[in-house]
Amino acid sequence: MLSEVSFEVTAGRGLALVGESGAGKTTLVRLMLGLLRPRTGQVLLDGLPLRGRMRALRHAVQPVFQDPYSSLDPRRRVDRIVGEPLRSLGIARGATATAMVEEALRTVGLPPDAARRYPHEFSGGQRQRIAIARAIAASPRVLLADEPVSALDTATRLRLLDLLADLRESRRLTVVLVSHDLAVVAALCEETVVLDRGRVVERGSTAEVLGSPRHPCTRRLVAAVPRLPGAANRPQTRSDL
Amino acid sequence: MRLLEAENLTVRTADGRELLQDVSFRLARGDRLGLIGESGAGKSLTVLAVVGLLPAGMAASGRVLLDGEPILGAPERVLNTVRGRGIAVVFQDPLAALDPLMRVGAQVAEPLRRHRGLRGAAARRAVLEALAEVRLSDPDRIARSYPHEISGGQRQRVAMAMALACEPAFLIADEPTAALDGTVQAEMLALLDRLVTARGMGLLFVGHDLAVVARISHRILVLEGGRAVEEGEVGDVLRAPSHPHTRDLVSAARRLHGALERMLP
Repeated sequence: MLSEVSFEVTAGRGLALVGESGAGKTTLVRLMLGLLRPRTGQVLLDGLPLRGRMRALRHAVQPVFQDPYSSLDPRRRVDRIVGEPLRSLGIARGATATAMVEEALRTVGLPPDAARRYPHEFSGGQRQRIAIARAIAASPRVLLADEPVSALDTATRLRLLDLLADLRESRRLTVVLVSHDLAVVAALCEETVVLDRGRVVERGSTAEVLGSPRHPCTRRLVAAVPRLPGAANRPQTRSDL
Repeated sequence: MRLLEAENLTVRTADGRELLQDVSFRLARGDRLGLIGESGAGKSLTVLAVVGLLPAGMAASGRVLLDGEPILGAPERVLNTVRGRGIAVVFQDPLAALDPLMRVGAQVAEPLRRHRGLRGAAARRAVLEALAEVRLSDPDRIARSYPHEISGGQRQRVAMAMALACEPAFLIADEPTAALDGTVQAEMLALLDRLVTARGMGLLFVGHDLAVVARISHRILVLEGGRAVEEGEVGDVLRAPSHPHTRDLVSAARRLHGALERMLP
């Protein structure tokens, strides 16, 4: 599935993992979340192997998944969902936990009464905000976002990207983004790693990797970007369509 | 069949709420109209109303005409002909269009049998031709596969092959690439582009991603809250959107693509 993949995530910087379907992005996410163990090689957190350090990992790294319709338990109220990491990591309970949940909901721009409602009462974009609130409730250092805006329309996508960019700034969050959407990658991450059939084929600053792609796979990804006719720095001709 | 028209197409729920209000458009063969709007704008309802597949509890009024013949509210017998040779639809989720228990070849054969009367060896040959036409490599293997045995991109190509099997005059593509990733999406759009041109079909392309809709369409129709708020040539609309909602859509899309556009060569 993956072969000799090496990269490091620098605190405070955004790192994107890009590649076509089947490149190994999802496997890599599972490895980084400790849900899978590599046969050889290792995943390190703060320089130490992950094995036996799941609690430290959960404190440090929280995930946000693609589908806001299936990643939230429909039978639980939003306050239970968002407060879950606080309980399971033994960070807070009772009134302290309630206050932290309120704070997380406020941070992602949801109204206070959201706490007492259920996931189905929210739109796709709001549900993704709930997922982000859950991820940040326990103040992790790293947000591991797997296609966090792919299921949403443009305006909603943009608002969520703004939120993620704000969180990076205000909470000094490190974002590890898995996405096939290069517009999202460019907006959120300074560094990019390109995967092709389980191997790293290109890595570097996002501007360099996407701006002057060297590997055929990266070139394919860049060529596939649907360009908006008449975009900045581009002549507006009929052939753009 | 040369012309598909919707006039004041309106969709109401049983309790009288208007989900779609007075939407009109005209699509000739060879034309490509992009239908764009956010979630809930009424894009998919428009599609379902045009082909007479609205869910129970919703009713359409206004007129839908195929070569001047009203098809809205026409008997199922008429609609069955319309849906094959007149208008074919490709939906976002190819799994919804495919029977999980039936081999791909048998599913593609079904419309060929129904609309073109093909049987036996002729049907088998036509199935392989149809799969080859949507650029599926190894059509033999695909024909023998069940839907879960092939990739999402391949399934969407199969759905396209089924839609095209009856040689429809008009193709409606409802977010056909939204679930596909970058390169697969680009290949699918290129394929759609080529087939629509080769067959001189009229295309109604539905989407929420302005860059994708603009790539494939000549004109676009913007929906907001169930109403059509703007229609025009793609280039004109992108350069000088006149309705505030269109301006929002265009500037949101430009902002979303901004960081990437500044990096790309």
